[in-house]
Amino acid sequence: MKCGVVVFPGSNCDHDSYHVLKHLYGQETHWIWHKDQVLEPFDLIVLPGGFSYGDYLRPGAIARFSPIMKAIIKYANAGGRVLGICNGFQILVESGLLPGALRRNASQKFICKYVHLRVESNQTPYTSRCEKNAVLKIPVAHADGGYFVEPETLKALEDQDRIILRYSDAAGRSDATTNPNGSVGQIAGVANAEKNVLGMMPHPERCADPLWPDRDGRYIFDSLIHSS
Amino acid sequence: MNSTPEPPLTEALIAEHGLTPAEYQRIQELLGRDPNLTELGIFSVMWSEHCSYKSSRPHLKTLPTEGPRVIQGPGENAGVVDIGDGLAVVFKIESHNHPSFIEPHQGAATGVGGIMRDIFTMGARPLALLDSLRFGELSEPHTRYLFNGVVAGISAYGNCVGVPTVGGDIYFDACYSGNILVNVFCLGVARADKIFLGKAGGVGNPILYVGAKTGRDGIHGASMASAEFDDATEEKRPTVQVGDPFTEKLLLEACLEIMKKDWVVGVQDMGAAGLTSASFEMADRAGLGIAIDLDRVPLREDGMTAYDIMLSESQERMVFVVEQGREEEAMAIFRRWDLDTAVIGQVTDDGFLRASKDGRPAINLPIAAVVEGALKCERPTRRPAYLDEVQAWTAESLAIPDRGDAMLKELLGSPNIASKHSVYEQYDHMVRLNTLVLPGSDATVIRVPGTQKALAISVDCNSRFCYLDPYAGAQAAVAESCRNVVCSGGEPIGVTNCLNFGNPENPEIMWQFEQAVRGLGDLCQIFDIPVVSGNVSLYNETKGEAIYPTPTIAVVGLLEDLTRYCTQWFKAAGHEIGLIGATREDLGGSEYLKQLGEPLRGKPPALNPEVEKRVQRMCLELIREGRIESAHDCSEGGLAVALAESCFSGPEVFGAVIGLASDVRQDALLFGESHSRIVISFTSGQREEIQARAQQSAVEFAVLGKVGGSRFQVAINHQGCIDQDIRMLADIWKQALTRYGKRLD
Repeated sequence: MKCGVVVFPGSNCDHDSYHVLKHLYGQETHWIWHKDQVLEPFDLIVLPGGFSYGDYLRPGAIARFSPIMKAIIKYANAGGRVLGICNGFQILVESGLLPGALRRNASQKFICKYVHLRVESNQTPYTSRCEKNAVLKIPVAHADGGYFVEPETLKALEDQDRIILRYSDAAGRSDATTNPNGSVGQIAGVANAEKNVLGMMPHPERCADPLWPDRDGRYIFDSLIHSS
Repeated sequence: MNSTPEPPLTEALIAEHGLTPAEYQRIQELLGRDPNLTELGIFSVMWSEHCSYKSSRPHLKTLPTEGPRVIQGPGENAGVVDIGDGLAVVFKIESHNHPSFIEPHQGAATGVGGIMRDIFTMGARPLALLDSLRFGELSEPHTRYLFNGVVAGISAYGNCVGVPTVGGDIYFDACYSGNILVNVFCLGVARADKIFLGKAGGVGNPILYVGAKTGRDGIHGASMASAEFDDATEEKRPTVQVGDPFTEKLLLEACLEIMKKDWVVGVQDMGAAGLTSASFEMADRAGLGIAIDLDRVPLREDGMTAYDIMLSESQERMVFVVEQGREEEAMAIFRRWDLDTAVIGQVTDDGFLRASKDGRPAINLPIAAVVEGALKCERPTRRPAYLDEVQAWTAESLAIPDRGDAMLKELLGSPNIASKHSVYEQYDHMVRLNTLVLPGSDATVIRVPGTQKALAISVDCNSRFCYLDPYAGAQAAVAESCRNVVCSGGEPIGVTNCLNFGNPENPEIMWQFEQAVRGLGDLCQIFDIPVVSGNVSLYNETKGEAIYPTPTIAVVGLLEDLTRYCTQWFKAAGHEIGLIGATREDLGGSEYLKQLGEPLRGKPPALNPEVEKRVQRMCLELIREGRIESAHDCSEGGLAVALAESCFSGPEVFGAVIGLASDVRQDALLFGESHSRIVISFTSGQREEIQARAQQSAVEFAVLGKVGGSRFQVAINHQGCIDQDIRMLADIWKQALTRYGKRLD
């Protein structure tokens, strides 16, 4: 699998995704500079976490205008796989590849901690190695992770099986008490209709290294490699 | 000499610059003329306490700073210690106390930015941040404002740059209500043969400016940090700089990229006193001079004078010296990262700093006169009058309670002991995948990327002990910090310190300072750990009320095998619990007394450095050999709190059944804060070996009980004195600080 990790000037989880893909999974992995306008063929592009252009405005609001995003939108619309993690998810919604918006956390504070996620759908290349309703323990680290869509869009997302991950407890129960950031319907990850684009706030790359006691992030990368 | 007419240098103007008549006379003697206004401003900041260390330097000279691992000791941007495999750790702790009190969010944020630049200026990628914070009592609304603001500022800055904030400590005491402390530690890793120094070497080499544009912010920040606070202090808000972590991130990446080249000669951050201190320090270290064209400095606003440009403390700016002919190559790298950059001058051989503005000479100062010319300052010291009275107190007058349940609950719910998760969850503590032990154990453990090694880091200072006896208190801070590192599996290899005190012009404060530095130095000598960097913050005083002496200590420890780290929490039911070290009747300065509403008094617990060393050595060996499952230092709240924390600070909650046998009075046994004690847990199979080791090490050791059940039960000499539901205790400990954080009044 040929992977590309986009480097915006304020990306700071770019090294982490690169490390997991290249060193832990042994995949051919390249950096993609935000000022590039042409994209060579890839099997997966990762929009990593961080603060793309400082994000003093809405996170991702400037990144969507960066030269590389034009090429990535074209690539995604042609069926290319794009995984947006955290800031990457914010960029995906700002650039229109995914619906909705990510609002400031309900607590108004940055939150960094492990959370539980219930896998709502395994009909995507990102979750194909998970059982439906499996519970993953993966950390979040964001200030703006409250996913919002209007009720009609939410309904469409549900009907089309596009809600991929929801915040839950360890037993898989998902309700207001398991919601770390005020997301509508405890949504943690959403896909496009074709399921080639996934945006998720939690960071699977933070718990894929065998050195750590928690390794559930591997389910996402295992799925990607298995389905490529 | 400037294009705009300057005001005459009146006595009032000189005084406003914080210079005494004697100091002004000294300037006239050194120059053989009157300085102009810009030059006066330069002397003002360079001779300020903050930049010159004039009060503290004679004492700091006594610290042990050398050792086989030391690559760079104090005097540079940060200390550098060899960790083998061609790698070195670069670290330092620094204060941003005064700005954080005036503007908590920006003050703390720029403190984080400043210390990170000190680290990457030396060629190291920052791997970890820790913060040591001190506030007044949380019952005061203004303290809650400062607390929330500081935490938000650290969070906003560190998270954006992508350097994990992995630990630290936080204490609340009324002595800090007018002077909070924000001490920020940063550690990075670099190749041992690629350390960059702040030297402007090579006559004719170009001087490059890179980073944010220069604005009028922060002018006289260094002078502000060199005076006490009064009622008008809040009006000094404009002297606090505003941070831009995004620019810092660009600067970080650009610097590390350019440092791969072999033509970078020197580099220096523009921190306190901005371009002034950067240029004087770089020229001084090289023994050369510098010529600057101030018209080439990238400016944020029109109409800035030479004075404004030289004294601005705008953040996220650096000075590079590169080999002649490399300037375009260097600037191309900076521009790739969208940073402002310009060649602003060159290295000269005449030992002067000369600068021009609008084509006319604006500054003409001999480097040595500014850097070394300040009047010697040997501040008088006097043992404070309060000491005899507070040290005379003993616990005899104190009634011994029948049971410990109520006090244990109070202590677990007190902000100084309660869980700090609501704070560190606001910091990204995982980014870059190196945090092996997340915040919440005795020390943080981070791996050294690309190696099998790891580092354990802890910051500590119990300032209540320091108030009662600054010498013993400083020793205790070093001992505890080392103990925390050892409990995590690290061998201490270096110390950095941030010495926070009141007004040094008061002989009693100066005595506290002298005693604390002696205590720190003596213990580092005995433990054979070098002090490789540090920072002094004086004038932490408002209207004559000084903070307790607070010599914050950060210790860095090395783990040769990153799989051999240890955490403080119990791992499984059935494991045995033991205590390394002896408990004495040490109630002076304890949190227990504070909870009882007693004034701060008594003698702090006595430290026997040789015993401490043996306790630490034994614990470290047990961890390295994989013989113990957990290790937790006993500190605030004593043995009972350490045991309870071992039960519930990890991913799982366990009960424990404890039986103590002792003739020490009950409250001292449970809550006293004797040093040199570590709570450990182990499988039954290890018991005999651990007992044998204790005997060989001449260290006291007792098996206390077992992990398991749903209750926390402690009996003393077969008499039950604590019996509580462990989940209820855990809940008190977890929720206490969160509740304060949420209060909006």
